[in-house]
Amino acid sequence: MGDVAFHSATTVDEALALVGDGSSARVIAGGSDLVVQARHGKGMPETVVAIHRIDALKGVDASGDLTLGALASHADVAAHVDVRDGWTALADASALVGSHATRNVGTIGGNLMNASPAMETGGPLIVMGASVELRSASGTRSVAVEDLWTGPGRTSAAPGEILTGVTVPRLPERSGSAYVRLEYRRAMEIAIVGASACVTLADDGTVTAAKVALTAVAPTIVRSPAAEAAIIGTVGDDDALAAVEAGAASDASPISDLRATEDYRRAMAGVIAKRAVTVAVLRAGGDAFPIPATPVFMKGSEG
Amino acid sequence: MKHAATLTVNGIAYPVELEGDATLVAAIRDHIGLTGTKQGCDDCECGACMVMVDGKPVNSCTYLALQAEGAEITTVEGLADGDQLSSLQTAFLDEGGVQCGFCTPGMLVSAHALLRQNPDPSDEEIRLALGGNLCRCTGYQKIAGAVMAAAKAG
Repeated sequence: MGDVAFHSATTVDEALALVGDGSSARVIAGGSDLVVQARHGKGMPETVVAIHRIDALKGVDASGDLTLGALASHADVAAHVDVRDGWTALADASALVGSHATRNVGTIGGNLMNASPAMETGGPLIVMGASVELRSASGTRSVAVEDLWTGPGRTSAAPGEILTGVTVPRLPERSGSAYVRLEYRRAMEIAIVGASACVTLADDGTVTAAKVALTAVAPTIVRSPAAEAAIIGTVGDDDALAAVEAGAASDASPISDLRATEDYRRAMAGVIAKRAVTVAVLRAGGDAFPIPATPVFMKGSEG
Repeated sequence: MKHAATLTVNGIAYPVELEGDATLVAAIRDHIGLTGTKQGCDDCECGACMVMVDGKPVNSCTYLALQAEGAEITTVEGLADGDQLSSLQTAFLDEGGVQCGFCTPGMLVSAHALLRQNPDPSDEEIRLALGGNLCRCTGYQKIAGAVMAAAKAG
């Protein structure tokens, strides 16, 4: 480390000017990813542009669709009453990131742009149809979260673009969502595998719409078309949930690493997807399932 | 490239000159000279470096020092009133929450932040609040017990 220029911006325009074409500068919000990665051999950029003082990027507004400034912290999101009520999978995920300390400094924008296939917040945003706003000196564009990542640590954002916000549509009536993570410990953990589900029910309890996404089983977070097809048109009965489990496992293409083998991850992708769909269906029906959804399962109260 | 800045630690403004990538724990220990904050894993895993930035616990090994300019930084030295230990620190001693002591500053800062936010925590809330702090000696029981004793003592 050493010989790094540090700038602190107070407006997005100022940050964009400092980032320039993005060839030598990187944006930092909380730093919980960038500083660790620098220490692990990726090095620091020549120029660091701190955006943590840009007040315009700090807001959370749930009066219509949910809009999150890029600097909304995981602690802010996890505690937000309207997020917990209407976009519950995102509250599940935000409450699981790191520790209290990580959640205080880590931001939704940083989590998305770090582009880890094991990130917590990405799956919930995919299943709820979220998009991000990318700003550059030449303008602003909207990109679906599902199209943001191109590989581990890689995004479709151009080098000079800054993620400024996230928009999550308001879900239809009788909808529910959940994010469930397989974890070996509670704090400072990274998903072994994770699954997100968002479902909408008809008045008779039939699932009319469903999206399922799998975390840490592919180079990016991926949808599971087989799990989605398995639950739509059912009432979430045991046969349907067994088909969700099989479908999610078949859609996973994990790797072996020091935390889990490929086979274990594939098997657990099915189990965790089944749990996520189960909780999403319960919540859609009005059940106040605890947030985050994970620890209840870890204590063995559900199979 | 050195950057001149002022860091406010435990209410005292310290002028410092720091590299752009200097971490907050390095600034606190090596530039300001307050060595209560420990550098443990230096990788945002163990919590020995925990300090408060504007009242919120932060892993100072993974936070750029220059980002803390203008903020109120509180280290373990700021928990006591001179030589008078806080009730939380006293509880750690009374309840056997300290063995080798290396994790203790981080534990104290996390617990202090918890009790400010939630003066009457449950055992589970205490354990969740200390989830980012590792201890290799105590087995955590006596640390959690010390935080509970401090909460009960008010």
